[in-house]
Amino acid sequence: MNKQIKFILIFSSLLFIFIIFFFGLNKSNIYTPNKVTNIEIPNFESRELFSNQKINAYELIQNSDYSLINIWASWCLPCRDEHPILINLQDKKKLNLIGINYKDKKKNSIKFLNELGNPYDTIIIDKNGLISVSLGAYGVPETYLVNRNYKILKRYVGPLNQENVIELFEIINENL
Amino acid sequence: MIASKLGYYSLLLGFAISSFLLFYSLNSFKKKKLSIGSNLVSVMSIQLFSVFLSFVSLIYCFLISDFSNETVYNNSHTTKPIFYKISGSWGNHEGSLLLWLLVLTLFIFLFVIFSKKQPIKYRFLTIFFQQLIITGFFLFLILTSNPFNLLLPVPKEGLGLNPILQDPALAIHPPILYLGYVGTSIIFSASLSSLVNKNVNSDWAKHVKKWTLLTWVFLTIGILLGSIWAYYELGWGGFWFWDPVENVSLIPWLCLTALLHTLTVLEKRNLLKSWTMILSIATFTFSMSGTFLVRSGILNSVHTFANDPERGIFILTFLFILVFLSVILFFSYQENDKNAQNQIHVFSRETSILVNNWFMMYFLSVVLIGTIYPIFIEVLINEKISIGPPFYNKLLIPFLIPFLIFMSIGPNFRWIKDNFKKINYLRIFLFIICLSLSYFIIKDTSLSILISTIFGGSAIYLFLTTVKDLFRKKLLIAQSISHFGFSLFILSILFNSIFSNEFSANMKIGEEFKYKNESIKFLNLKTFEKDNYKSLVANFEIVNSNSSVSMFPEVRIYNEPNILTSEADIITSVFADKFIVMNLIKGEEIFNVRYQTKPFMIWIWMSTILIALGGLVSLFKKKYE
Repeated sequence: MNKQIKFILIFSSLLFIFIIFFFGLNKSNIYTPNKVTNIEIPNFESRELFSNQKINAYELIQNSDYSLINIWASWCLPCRDEHPILINLQDKKKLNLIGINYKDKKKNSIKFLNELGNPYDTIIIDKNGLISVSLGAYGVPETYLVNRNYKILKRYVGPLNQENVIELFEIINENL
Repeated sequence: MIASKLGYYSLLLGFAISSFLLFYSLNSFKKKKLSIGSNLVSVMSIQLFSVFLSFVSLIYCFLISDFSNETVYNNSHTTKPIFYKISGSWGNHEGSLLLWLLVLTLFIFLFVIFSKKQPIKYRFLTIFFQQLIITGFFLFLILTSNPFNLLLPVPKEGLGLNPILQDPALAIHPPILYLGYVGTSIIFSASLSSLVNKNVNSDWAKHVKKWTLLTWVFLTIGILLGSIWAYYELGWGGFWFWDPVENVSLIPWLCLTALLHTLTVLEKRNLLKSWTMILSIATFTFSMSGTFLVRSGILNSVHTFANDPERGIFILTFLFILVFLSVILFFSYQENDKNAQNQIHVFSRETSILVNNWFMMYFLSVVLIGTIYPIFIEVLINEKISIGPPFYNKLLIPFLIPFLIFMSIGPNFRWIKDNFKKINYLRIFLFIICLSLSYFIIKDTSLSILISTIFGGSAIYLFLTTVKDLFRKKLLIAQSISHFGFSLFILSILFNSIFSNEFSANMKIGEEFKYKNESIKFLNLKTFEKDNYKSLVANFEIVNSNSSVSMFPEVRIYNEPNILTSEADIITSVFADKFIVMNLIKGEEIFNVRYQTKPFMIWIWMSTILIALGGLVSLFKKKYE
């Protein structure tokens, strides 16, 4: 009798785990990024790195023709590689540069920006990485070109290079 | 093209053979056949050969850059060095599963050859369970992730392999880790088989311990190589990040370590039978879940690759069929050893091994919960969370302290019953000395004094005890080596985390910075054109009061895919690593330079090798303790 109860208990808890994993898999489109272009980017809200004010992503994106959303972190080496390219982009007027600070410490990220310069118009804190996950990011760095209507026009996995930048401007000029 | 077809058809042949073996072995078991004929061995060698042929064809496709093969197209490029073309064949989802299958068939083949002294029924049933797993993987490979899909028209150039994966440690890391992962399958099959045959006893423990040791050694080395890769290639200056992918390799390791200890009790005292079964089943389940979690992309991880829900569902279903099967078998065939409790005395080796098991189970639960909890939360209340190193540090370190103390006492208990009457004042005195030593080391650092002092003291005490055992216990040399390795490991990690230093600045050629008692000089920069990347090599000079060294960090600009990587230059010495890494900032003139000193890095690697070495010694030792 005792044995049967044990069996039922173990069996049902295993079944429970199975069900959870099964539904977890179906949800996995949130965890595992799909190739996203021409779909709307999800809205998100978080605090700004310097001012600590609440920021709504959609409000920010509405304000300019094009936004470049860049996921970065101070601990991420490729982000350092990519940084000079972003610095060159900062004075392009058409483009609103939004940084998403991925799983980072405030102290380290500010130190990073002091060292290498701050190209971003706005930096949004993504303390636990969930915004990046909801964007469908593979990792850091990752960059999305988004238009005024929240549509993702182009996405780059890994650090940006000069060729990517040329391509970015081709897309922007095409759509003008 | 031909190689792809050859590979595909030999894969099909292998599948056909395993379906045949599945029925044949079960049939022979039922009919109580008296011997395993040489025919069966040759059929199994054909199966092994067909998988091997398939694997070689895939490597060949990679070697000649045959882009008509989809896997090659997705993961290779003509300009890649030959070494990485070969390693690229298992650096992706399809190829790695083929490798997995190869190891599965290799293990069962070796098992049949090396288990001649075991009962025939037991051997047949082990073949059956193992072929069940093999058939499942064949189906998985053929149905959802065929490595030999053809592409038409044939592309001219491949997409390339992520340069971060182009590293010697990472090239051999997956095969070794797989030998460990897959090795658990043979323990699983053997355990189920002995459970059904009711021959879970000392002899069986002795026989299966060899396989457990082998698996354990591979798993240890595999995890070590992954860690070395993270240290040298990722360039963050750390070696363990509590990333889910790392965790899923640690979980089976903890379980396997517990099993290894429990098997000695079964071998010596014929006790803990059910617990051994549970651990064997759990070890395999955790290895398989590891594959599932990594391959399905269900976890929120930075280095998950391959994300096809269909694959996830297949592995998940297959995994749970095996788990349910083993649970049902366990409950129907489990023998009650009711009087077991009475046979274990409080002060005995058996008890100390049980305590070791409790600790292992605790560490395992922490890592397991930290890894899968986010999935549960998301499914149940639709909230996303992410668990990082602070969680693990807070939950593991306090429990590591009693574990360390216990580990220095436990192995010295005798089997059956120890006369634990008089208190050993010498040991207590030694422990107090260790505590004060640790206090003097730690007092000038920013760590919290109380916990760190006790932790350091216990680590030093364990170290001294294991050193003493190493010289005294000639008979238990294997165990002493592993335990000594572990104590060294803990000490190295401790000192490493206490005494690491970091310096970071933007530098131009010719500039010099002073940092503590060292000065860092940027001497010059050279550019080289290599096959598949452009390389910028800088020359730095690090000068301190009595010596100067040159260091050459490098930035690589790869062609396909176009990615920049930083190659750190690391000078390893007995006491500390000097670690320098640089990044481009403006053009090719100003660089961001990070310089770190990391004490005792080499000891972390060496001690892990020692841990594994203990396993190897035990494996090859003729006379048993």
